[in-house]
Amino acid sequence: MKVRIDTGKCQGHGRCYDLVPDLFGEDGEGFGQVLGNGVVPSGREREARLAVANCPERAIELDEES
Amino acid sequence: MTVDERFPRGLKEDDFEAEEADGVRSEIITGPVDDWATDFSHLEPQWSADPYPIQDDLRERCPIARTERFGGGWLPTRYEDVTSIAYDTERFSSRSIVMGNFRPPKSAAPIGGTPPISSDPPFHHDARKLLLPAFTKTAISKQEPATRAFCHSLIDAFEGADVVDAAVDYAQHIPMRVIANMMGFPAEDGPKFRVFVEDALEGINREPEERVERIENLFDYLVAQVHDHLDNPRDDLTTYLLNAELYGEKLEAAHVVGAMALLLIAGIDTSWSAIGASLWHLARTPADRERLVADRSLLPTAMEEFLRAYAPVTMARLVKDDMRWRGVDMKADDWILLSFPAANRDPAQFDRADEVVIDREINRHAAFGLGIHRCVGSHLARLELKVALEVWLERIPEFSLADPDSVLWSAGQIRGPRSLPMRIRS
Repeated sequence: MKVRIDTGKCQGHGRCYDLVPDLFGEDGEGFGQVLGNGVVPSGREREARLAVANCPERAIELDEES
Repeated sequence: MTVDERFPRGLKEDDFEAEEADGVRSEIITGPVDDWATDFSHLEPQWSADPYPIQDDLRERCPIARTERFGGGWLPTRYEDVTSIAYDTERFSSRSIVMGNFRPPKSAAPIGGTPPISSDPPFHHDARKLLLPAFTKTAISKQEPATRAFCHSLIDAFEGADVVDAAVDYAQHIPMRVIANMMGFPAEDGPKFRVFVEDALEGINREPEERVERIENLFDYLVAQVHDHLDNPRDDLTTYLLNAELYGEKLEAAHVVGAMALLLIAGIDTSWSAIGASLWHLARTPADRERLVADRSLLPTAMEEFLRAYAPVTMARLVKDDMRWRGVDMKADDWILLSFPAANRDPAQFDRADEVVIDREINRHAAFGLGIHRCVGSHLARLELKVALEVWLERIPEFSLADPDSVLWSAGQIRGPRSLPMRIRS
Protein backbone atom coordinates (compact mmCIF):
# COMPACT_ATOMS: atom_id res chain seq x y z
CA MET A 1 0.00 0.00 0.00
CA LYS A 2 1.22 3.48 -0.90
CA VAL A 3 0.06 7.03 -0.05
CA ARG A 4 0.42 10.18 -2.11
CA ILE A 5 -0.63 13.79 -1.46
CA ASP A 6 -2.25 15.75 -4.26
CA THR A 7 -0.50 19.11 -3.83
CA GLY A 8 -3.20 20.76 -5.92
CA LYS A 9 -5.74 19.89 -3.23
CA CYS A 10 -3.76 19.99 0.03
CA GLN A 11 -4.35 23.23 1.98
CA GLY A 12 -2.25 22.45 5.03
CA HIS A 13 -4.95 21.41 7.53
CA GLY A 14 -2.40 18.97 8.91
CA ARG A 15 -4.80 16.20 9.82
CA CYS A 16 -2.49 13.62 8.20
CA TYR A 17 0.60 14.62 10.15
CA ASP A 18 -1.44 15.02 13.34
CA LEU A 19 -2.78 11.49 13.01
CA VAL A 20 0.18 9.58 11.57
CA PRO A 21 3.29 11.67 12.19
CA ASP A 22 5.73 9.02 11.05
CA LEU A 23 4.05 8.67 7.66
CA PHE A 24 3.30 12.35 6.98
CA GLY A 25 5.08 15.58 7.79
CA GLU A 26 4.73 19.28 7.06
CA ASP A 27 6.73 21.49 4.75
CA GLY A 28 7.89 25.01 5.62
CA GLU A 29 4.41 26.40 4.90
CA GLY A 30 2.42 23.72 6.68
CA PHE A 31 1.40 21.71 3.63
CA GLY A 32 1.38 17.94 4.07
CA GLN A 33 4.25 15.84 2.80
CA VAL A 34 4.63 12.11 2.49
CA LEU A 35 7.71 11.04 4.42
CA GLY A 36 10.02 8.66 2.61
CA ASN A 37 8.72 6.84 -0.46
CA GLY A 38 5.10 6.67 0.72
CA VAL A 39 5.05 2.91 1.14
CA VAL A 40 2.89 2.11 4.16
CA PRO A 41 4.69 -0.33 6.46
CA SER A 42 2.92 -3.63 6.91
CA GLY A 43 0.44 -3.47 9.77
CA ARG A 44 -0.03 0.30 9.45
CA GLU A 45 -2.70 0.19 6.76
CA ARG A 46 -5.48 1.16 9.14
CA GLU A 47 -3.70 4.36 10.16
CA ALA A 48 -3.04 5.28 6.56
CA ARG A 49 -6.74 4.83 5.78
CA LEU A 50 -7.61 6.96 8.79
CA ALA A 51 -5.47 9.82 7.45
CA VAL A 52 -7.18 9.52 4.07
CA ALA A 53 -10.64 9.51 5.64
CA ASN A 54 -9.93 12.57 7.80
CA CYS A 55 -8.43 14.85 5.16
CA PRO A 56 -10.90 17.72 4.78
CA GLU A 57 -9.73 18.39 1.22
CA ARG A 58 -9.67 14.73 0.11
CA ALA A 59 -6.07 15.33 -0.92
CA ILE A 60 -4.56 11.97 0.03
CA GLU A 61 -4.59 9.18 -2.51
CA LEU A 62 -4.21 5.57 -1.50
CA ASP A 63 -2.83 2.97 -3.86
CA GLU A 64 -3.81 -0.39 -2.44
CA GLU A 65 -1.89 -2.33 -5.07
CA SER A 66 1.62 -0.98 -4.47
CA MET B 1 12.25 58.06 16.54
CA THR B 2 12.46 55.77 13.52
CA VAL B 3 10.79 57.04 10.37
CA ASP B 4 8.91 54.80 7.97
CA GLU B 5 7.32 56.93 5.29
CA ARG B 6 4.43 54.46 5.01
CA PHE B 7 3.42 55.36 8.57
CA PRO B 8 3.68 59.13 9.18
CA ARG B 9 2.94 60.15 12.77
CA GLY B 10 -0.70 61.13 13.05
CA LEU B 11 -1.81 58.70 10.29
CA LYS B 12 -5.60 58.32 10.30
CA GLU B 13 -7.80 55.65 8.85
CA ASP B 14 -9.35 58.20 6.47
CA ASP B 15 -5.93 58.69 4.90
CA PHE B 16 -6.07 55.43 3.00
CA GLU B 17 -9.53 54.04 3.29
CA ALA B 18 -10.86 55.48 0.07
CA GLU B 19 -13.10 52.46 -0.33
CA GLU B 20 -15.42 53.53 2.46
CA ALA B 21 -16.94 56.28 0.31
CA ASP B 22 -17.48 54.02 -2.70
CA GLY B 23 -19.11 51.15 -0.85
CA VAL B 24 -22.82 50.45 -0.67
CA ARG B 25 -24.84 50.70 2.52
CA SER B 26 -28.07 48.83 3.01
CA GLU B 27 -30.96 49.49 5.36
CA ILE B 28 -30.51 48.12 8.88
CA ILE B 29 -33.29 45.60 9.53
CA THR B 30 -33.60 44.02 12.97
CA GLY B 31 -36.29 42.21 14.92
CA PRO B 32 -37.61 38.70 15.42
CA VAL B 33 -37.61 36.27 12.51
CA ASP B 34 -40.85 34.49 11.63
CA ASP B 35 -39.72 32.42 8.67
CA TRP B 36 -36.05 31.48 8.61
CA ALA B 37 -36.34 30.30 5.01
CA THR B 38 -37.10 33.79 3.70
CA ASP B 39 -35.89 36.17 6.41
CA PHE B 40 -32.91 34.65 8.23
CA SER B 41 -30.66 36.73 10.47
CA HIS B 42 -27.60 35.46 12.27
CA LEU B 43 -27.78 38.47 14.61
CA GLU B 44 -31.06 37.67 16.33
CA PRO B 45 -31.09 36.11 19.83
CA GLN B 46 -32.97 33.00 18.68
CA TRP B 47 -30.08 32.16 16.31
CA SER B 48 -27.37 32.87 18.89
CA ALA B 49 -29.08 30.74 21.52
CA ASP B 50 -29.36 27.63 19.32
CA PRO B 51 -28.87 27.82 15.55
CA TYR B 52 -28.74 24.06 14.98
CA PRO B 53 -32.49 23.23 14.88
CA ILE B 54 -32.95 26.20 12.53
CA GLN B 55 -30.20 25.01 10.21
CA ASP B 56 -31.42 21.41 10.31
CA ASP B 57 -34.94 22.52 9.41
CA LEU B 58 -33.68 24.67 6.54
CA ARG B 59 -31.52 21.84 5.21
CA GLU B 60 -34.64 19.65 5.05
CA ARG B 61 -36.94 22.10 3.34
CA CYS B 62 -34.90 24.65 1.32
CA PRO B 63 -31.92 23.89 1.45
CA ILE B 64 -30.68 27.40 0.56
CA ALA B 65 -32.44 30.03 2.68
CA ARG B 66 -32.95 33.66 1.67
CA THR B 67 -33.03 36.97 3.50
CA GLU B 68 -33.78 40.53 2.42
CA ARG B 69 -31.91 41.83 5.47
CA PHE B 70 -28.35 43.11 4.97
CA GLY B 71 -29.28 44.11 1.44
CA GLY B 72 -30.05 40.51 0.49
CA GLY B 73 -28.32 37.19 0.99
CA TRP B 74 -28.40 33.40 0.95
CA LEU B 75 -27.72 30.71 3.52
CA PRO B 76 -26.77 27.28 2.14
CA THR B 77 -27.10 24.55 4.74
CA ARG B 78 -25.89 21.39 2.97
CA TYR B 79 -22.26 20.29 3.24
CA GLU B 80 -22.15 19.85 -0.51
CA ASP B 81 -23.27 23.43 -1.21
CA VAL B 82 -21.02 24.99 1.43
CA THR B 83 -17.97 23.18 0.06
CA SER B 84 -18.79 24.08 -3.54
CA ILE B 85 -18.93 27.78 -2.65
CA ALA B 86 -15.76 27.62 -0.56
CA TYR B 87 -13.93 26.17 -3.58
CA ASP B 88 -15.50 28.47 -6.18
CA THR B 89 -13.47 31.67 -5.93
CA GLU B 90 -14.41 32.52 -9.53
CA ARG B 91 -18.07 33.15 -8.74
CA PHE B 92 -17.91 34.03 -5.04
CA SER B 93 -15.67 36.85 -3.83
CA SER B 94 -14.08 37.26 -0.39
CA ARG B 95 -13.81 41.04 -0.67
CA SER B 96 -15.95 41.19 2.42
CA ILE B 97 -16.20 38.19 4.72
CA VAL B 98 -18.44 39.76 7.36
CA MET B 99 -22.10 39.83 6.33
CA GLY B 100 -23.57 43.16 7.33
CA ASN B 101 -25.00 46.38 5.99
CA PHE B 102 -21.93 47.58 4.13
CA ARG B 103 -20.49 46.19 0.91
CA PRO B 104 -17.05 47.39 -0.10
CA PRO B 105 -16.83 48.45 -3.75
CA LYS B 106 -15.78 45.94 -6.40
CA SER B 107 -12.51 47.86 -6.67
CA ALA B 108 -11.60 46.54 -3.20
CA ALA B 109 -10.95 43.14 -4.82
CA PRO B 110 -8.63 41.30 -5.06
CA ILE B 111 -6.88 42.65 -1.94
CA GLY B 112 -9.74 43.61 0.41
CA GLY B 113 -9.37 45.33 3.78
CA THR B 114 -7.78 42.49 5.75
CA PRO B 115 -5.56 40.40 3.46
CA PRO B 116 -5.39 37.51 2.90
CA ILE B 117 -8.82 36.52 4.30
CA SER B 118 -10.45 39.32 2.26
CA SER B 119 -8.41 38.61 -0.87
CA ASP B 120 -9.26 36.80 -4.07
CA PRO B 121 -6.89 35.04 -6.47
CA PRO B 122 -4.30 35.69 -7.69
CA PHE B 123 -3.26 38.21 -5.02
CA HIS B 124 -4.54 35.95 -2.25
CA HIS B 125 -1.89 33.31 -2.83
CA ASP B 126 1.01 35.72 -2.42
CA ALA B 127 -0.40 37.51 0.62
CA ARG B 128 -1.14 34.20 2.32
CA LYS B 129 2.30 32.78 1.53
CA LEU B 130 3.81 35.57 3.67
CA LEU B 131 1.95 34.34 6.75
CA LEU B 132 2.13 30.56 6.37
CA PRO B 133 5.67 29.95 7.74
CA ALA B 134 4.79 31.67 11.03
CA PHE B 135 1.74 29.43 11.50
CA THR B 136 3.00 25.93 10.78
CA LYS B 137 2.47 23.30 13.46
CA THR B 138 6.21 23.33 14.17
CA ALA B 139 6.41 27.12 14.47
CA ILE B 140 3.30 27.24 16.66
CA SER B 141 4.55 24.49 19.00
CA LYS B 142 6.90 27.09 20.53
CA GLN B 143 3.82 28.68 22.14
CA GLU B 144 2.93 25.55 24.09
CA PRO B 145 4.95 25.92 27.34
CA ALA B 146 3.92 29.54 27.96
CA THR B 147 0.30 28.77 27.05
CA ARG B 148 0.20 25.86 29.47
CA ALA B 149 1.73 27.93 32.28
CA PHE B 150 -0.76 30.71 31.58
CA CYS B 151 -3.74 28.31 31.73
CA HIS B 152 -2.49 27.07 35.10
CA SER B 153 -2.18 30.64 36.37
CA LEU B 154 -5.80 31.32 35.38
CA ILE B 155 -6.97 28.30 37.34
CA ASP B 156 -4.74 29.21 40.30
CA ALA B 157 -6.78 32.42 40.48
CA PHE B 158 -9.98 30.36 41.02
CA GLU B 159 -8.68 29.41 44.49
CA GLY B 160 -11.57 29.47 46.96
CA ALA B 161 -14.32 30.07 44.39
CA ASP B 162 -17.24 27.67 44.01
CA VAL B 163 -18.53 29.21 40.79
CA VAL B 164 -16.40 30.78 38.05
CA ASP B 165 -17.22 32.04 34.58
CA ALA B 166 -15.39 29.67 32.24
CA ALA B 167 -15.82 32.05 29.28
CA VAL B 168 -14.90 35.30 31.03
CA ASP B 169 -12.35 34.06 33.56
CA TYR B 170 -10.70 31.33 31.46
CA ALA B 171 -11.45 30.82 27.75
CA GLN B 172 -11.20 34.42 26.56
CA HIS B 173 -7.85 35.11 28.19
CA ILE B 174 -6.00 32.24 26.53
CA PRO B 175 -6.07 33.37 22.88
CA MET B 176 -5.78 37.01 23.93
CA ARG B 177 -2.54 36.33 25.74
CA VAL B 178 -1.14 34.11 23.00
CA ILE B 179 -1.89 36.54 20.17
CA ALA B 180 -0.66 39.57 22.17
CA ASN B 181 2.58 37.69 22.65
CA MET B 182 2.87 36.71 18.97
CA MET B 183 2.03 40.21 17.72
CA GLY B 184 4.20 41.93 20.35
CA PHE B 185 1.31 43.88 21.88
CA PRO B 186 1.09 44.65 25.63
CA ALA B 187 -0.25 41.61 27.50
CA GLU B 188 -2.51 43.82 29.60
CA ASP B 189 -4.41 45.11 26.53
CA GLY B 190 -6.80 42.12 26.58
CA PRO B 191 -9.83 44.23 27.59
CA LYS B 192 -9.22 46.45 24.55
CA PHE B 193 -9.04 43.41 22.28
CA ARG B 194 -12.38 42.24 23.57
CA VAL B 195 -13.97 45.55 22.58
CA PHE B 196 -12.32 45.44 19.13
CA VAL B 197 -13.64 41.93 18.54
CA GLU B 198 -17.17 42.86 19.53
CA ASP B 199 -17.06 46.01 17.40
CA ALA B 200 -15.85 44.17 14.33
CA LEU B 201 -17.99 41.05 14.49
CA GLU B 202 -21.02 41.60 16.69
CA GLY B 203 -21.88 45.26 16.23
CA ILE B 204 -23.03 44.63 12.66
CA ASN B 205 -26.38 46.36 13.02
CA ARG B 206 -25.05 49.53 14.68
CA GLU B 207 -25.53 52.86 12.88
CA PRO B 208 -22.88 53.53 10.20
CA GLU B 209 -21.30 56.49 12.02
CA GLU B 210 -20.82 54.39 15.12
CA ARG B 211 -19.43 51.44 13.12
CA VAL B 212 -16.91 53.73 11.44
CA GLU B 213 -15.87 55.33 14.72
CA ARG B 214 -15.30 51.97 16.35
CA ILE B 215 -13.27 50.64 13.43
CA GLU B 216 -11.17 53.82 13.65
CA ASN B 217 -10.40 53.00 17.29
CA LEU B 218 -8.97 49.66 16.19
CA PHE B 219 -7.01 51.35 13.42
CA ASP B 220 -5.54 53.94 15.80
CA TYR B 221 -4.51 51.21 18.22
CA LEU B 222 -2.78 49.24 15.48
CA VAL B 223 -0.96 52.30 14.11
CA ALA B 224 0.27 53.07 17.65
CA GLN B 225 1.62 49.51 17.81
CA VAL B 226 3.31 50.00 14.43
CA HIS B 227 5.05 53.12 15.69
CA ASP B 228 6.13 51.37 18.86
CA HIS B 229 7.61 48.56 16.76
CA LEU B 230 9.38 50.98 14.42
CA ASP B 231 10.97 52.56 17.49
CA ASN B 232 11.65 49.25 19.23
CA PRO B 233 11.91 46.46 16.66
CA ARG B 234 11.58 43.00 18.18
CA ASP B 235 11.05 39.45 17.04
CA ASP B 236 7.31 39.23 16.55
CA LEU B 237 4.65 39.23 13.83
CA THR B 238 4.26 43.01 13.77
CA THR B 239 7.95 43.56 13.01
CA TYR B 240 7.75 40.69 10.52
CA LEU B 241 4.87 42.37 8.65
CA LEU B 242 6.65 45.74 8.70
CA ASN B 243 9.70 44.19 7.05
CA ALA B 244 7.90 41.77 4.74
CA GLU B 245 8.13 42.28 1.00
CA LEU B 246 5.79 41.42 -1.84
CA TYR B 247 6.78 41.78 -5.49
CA GLY B 248 10.12 43.32 -4.43
CA GLU B 249 8.62 46.07 -2.28
CA LYS B 250 7.59 46.43 1.32
CA LEU B 251 3.87 45.94 1.97
CA GLU B 252 1.60 48.92 1.64
CA ALA B 253 0.54 50.50 4.92
CA ALA B 254 -3.07 49.36 4.41
CA HIS B 255 -1.88 45.79 3.91
CA VAL B 256 0.24 45.83 7.08
CA VAL B 257 -2.54 47.24 9.25
CA GLY B 258 -5.20 45.07 7.61
CA ALA B 259 -3.20 41.90 8.25
CA MET B 260 -2.56 42.98 11.85
CA ALA B 261 -6.30 43.54 12.33
CA LEU B 262 -7.01 40.12 10.87
CA LEU B 263 -4.52 38.30 13.09
CA LEU B 264 -5.76 40.10 16.19
CA ILE B 265 -9.50 39.75 15.58
CA ALA B 266 -9.56 36.31 13.99
CA GLY B 267 -7.15 34.90 16.55
CA ILE B 268 -9.21 35.74 19.60
CA ASP B 269 -12.93 35.08 19.59
CA THR B 270 -12.59 31.94 17.48
CA SER B 271 -10.43 30.03 19.96
CA TRP B 272 -12.26 31.62 22.87
CA SER B 273 -15.48 30.20 21.38
CA ALA B 274 -14.04 26.76 20.73
CA ILE B 275 -12.65 26.42 24.26
CA GLY B 276 -15.87 27.72 25.80
CA ALA B 277 -18.18 25.52 23.71
CA SER B 278 -16.10 22.43 24.53
CA LEU B 279 -16.25 23.14 28.27
CA TRP B 280 -19.98 23.89 27.97
CA HIS B 281 -20.55 20.49 26.36
CA LEU B 282 -18.52 18.66 29.00
CA ALA B 283 -20.23 20.52 31.83
CA ARG B 284 -23.68 19.46 30.65
CA THR B 285 -22.69 15.94 29.54
CA PRO B 286 -21.26 14.17 32.61
CA ALA B 287 -20.81 10.88 30.75
CA ASP B 288 -18.45 12.50 28.21
CA ARG B 289 -16.63 14.46 30.90
CA GLU B 290 -16.06 11.39 33.07
CA ARG B 291 -14.93 9.34 30.10
CA LEU B 292 -12.46 11.99 28.98
CA VAL B 293 -11.07 12.50 32.48
CA ALA B 294 -10.60 8.74 32.84
CA ASP B 295 -9.04 8.28 29.40
CA ARG B 296 -7.11 11.32 28.24
CA SER B 297 -6.09 9.49 25.03
CA LEU B 298 -9.60 10.36 23.76
CA LEU B 299 -8.78 14.06 23.71
CA PRO B 300 -7.64 14.24 20.06
CA THR B 301 -10.87 12.76 18.69
CA ALA B 302 -12.98 14.61 21.27
CA MET B 303 -11.43 17.92 20.25
CA GLU B 304 -12.13 17.33 16.58
CA GLU B 305 -15.69 16.36 17.46
CA PHE B 306 -16.19 19.58 19.46
CA LEU B 307 -14.82 21.50 16.47
CA ARG B 308 -17.27 19.71 14.18
CA ALA B 309 -20.38 19.94 16.34
CA TYR B 310 -19.76 23.45 17.70
CA ALA B 311 -17.73 24.94 14.85
CA PRO B 312 -17.38 28.57 15.92
CA VAL B 313 -16.77 30.17 12.55
CA THR B 314 -19.15 31.11 9.75
CA MET B 315 -17.69 33.04 6.83
CA ALA B 316 -19.32 35.21 4.18
CA ARG B 317 -18.86 35.71 0.45
CA LEU B 318 -20.29 38.12 -2.13
CA VAL B 319 -21.80 36.79 -5.35
CA LYS B 320 -19.79 38.21 -8.26
CA ASP B 321 -22.40 38.19 -11.06
CA ASP B 322 -26.09 37.37 -11.51
CA MET B 323 -26.53 33.64 -11.92
CA ARG B 324 -28.80 30.68 -11.36
CA TRP B 325 -27.09 28.52 -8.73
CA ARG B 326 -28.46 25.19 -7.44
CA GLY B 327 -32.04 26.27 -8.03
CA VAL B 328 -31.93 29.86 -6.78
CA ASP B 329 -31.47 33.16 -8.63
CA MET B 330 -28.46 34.86 -7.13
CA LYS B 331 -27.79 38.51 -7.93
CA ALA B 332 -24.45 40.26 -8.06
CA ASP B 333 -23.48 41.44 -4.54
CA ASP B 334 -25.90 39.13 -2.74
CA TRP B 335 -24.29 37.84 0.43
CA ILE B 336 -23.59 34.19 1.04
CA LEU B 337 -23.53 33.26 4.70
CA LEU B 338 -21.08 30.38 4.47
CA SER B 339 -22.00 28.27 7.46
CA PHE B 340 -19.35 25.69 8.24
CA PRO B 341 -21.39 24.83 11.37
CA ALA B 342 -24.36 23.88 9.14
CA ALA B 343 -22.14 21.85 6.82
CA ASN B 344 -20.70 20.02 9.81
CA ARG B 345 -24.13 18.79 10.85
CA ASP B 346 -25.33 17.57 7.48
CA PRO B 347 -26.50 13.96 7.87
CA ALA B 348 -25.61 13.34 4.22
CA GLN B 349 -21.96 13.81 5.19
CA PHE B 350 -21.78 12.63 8.81
CA ASP B 351 -23.26 9.63 10.60
CA ARG B 352 -25.16 10.65 13.73
CA ALA B 353 -24.61 14.24 12.60
CA ASP B 354 -26.62 15.76 15.43
CA GLU B 355 -24.87 13.79 18.17
CA VAL B 356 -21.56 14.56 19.84
CA VAL B 357 -19.49 11.38 19.60
CA ILE B 358 -16.19 12.01 21.37
CA ASP B 359 -14.46 8.96 19.91
CA ARG B 360 -15.57 9.65 16.32
CA GLU B 361 -12.62 8.38 14.29
CA ILE B 362 -13.61 9.59 10.84
CA ASN B 363 -14.34 13.27 11.02
CA ARG B 364 -13.86 15.19 7.81
CA HIS B 365 -15.29 18.39 9.27
CA ALA B 366 -14.99 21.86 7.83
CA ALA B 367 -14.55 23.89 11.03
CA PHE B 368 -11.45 25.63 9.64
CA GLY B 369 -12.95 26.18 6.21
CA LEU B 370 -12.03 24.49 2.96
CA GLY B 371 -9.98 25.44 -0.06
CA ILE B 372 -7.57 28.34 -0.39
CA HIS B 373 -8.90 30.21 2.66
CA ARG B 374 -8.30 27.38 5.16
CA CYS B 375 -7.86 29.12 8.51
CA VAL B 376 -4.21 30.18 8.62
CA GLY B 377 -4.27 29.91 12.41
CA SER B 378 -5.74 26.40 12.59
CA HIS B 379 -2.61 24.88 14.13
CA LEU B 380 -2.56 27.63 16.75
CA ALA B 381 -6.27 27.16 17.46
CA ARG B 382 -5.79 23.41 17.93
CA LEU B 383 -2.85 24.00 20.26
CA GLU B 384 -4.82 26.47 22.37
CA LEU B 385 -7.85 24.18 22.53
CA LYS B 386 -5.72 21.16 23.43
CA VAL B 387 -3.78 22.89 26.20
CA ALA B 388 -6.85 24.70 27.57
CA LEU B 389 -8.79 21.43 27.86
CA GLU B 390 -5.87 19.40 29.20
CA VAL B 391 -5.13 21.88 31.97
CA TRP B 392 -8.79 22.38 32.88
CA LEU B 393 -9.52 18.62 33.04
CA GLU B 394 -6.37 17.98 35.06
CA ARG B 395 -7.09 20.72 37.59
CA ILE B 396 -10.91 20.64 37.62
CA PRO B 397 -12.07 17.14 36.70
CA GLU B 398 -15.55 17.73 38.14
CA PHE B 399 -17.62 20.67 37.00
CA SER B 400 -21.15 21.48 35.92
CA LEU B 401 -23.19 24.40 34.65
CA ALA B 402 -24.08 26.62 37.61
CA ASP B 403 -27.17 27.89 35.83
CA PRO B 404 -27.83 26.55 32.33
CA ASP B 405 -30.26 29.38 31.56
CA SER B 406 -27.68 32.08 32.20
CA VAL B 407 -25.24 30.84 29.54
CA LEU B 408 -24.93 33.61 26.97
CA TRP B 409 -23.82 32.97 23.37
CA SER B 410 -22.30 35.54 21.02
CA ALA B 411 -24.30 36.84 18.08
CA GLY B 412 -23.02 36.93 14.52
CA GLN B 413 -20.61 34.83 12.56
CA ILE B 414 -18.44 33.65 15.45
CA ARG B 415 -20.47 31.64 17.92
CA GLY B 416 -19.36 30.68 21.40
CA PRO B 417 -20.27 31.18 25.05
CA ARG B 418 -19.63 34.71 26.29
CA SER B 419 -20.89 33.96 29.77
CA LEU B 420 -20.53 30.44 31.14
CA PRO B 421 -21.03 30.21 34.92
CA MET B 422 -19.52 26.95 36.05
CA ARG B 423 -19.75 25.24 39.40
CA ILE B 424 -16.29 23.87 40.12
CA ARG B 425 -16.80 22.84 43.73
CA SER B 426 -19.93 21.40 45.29
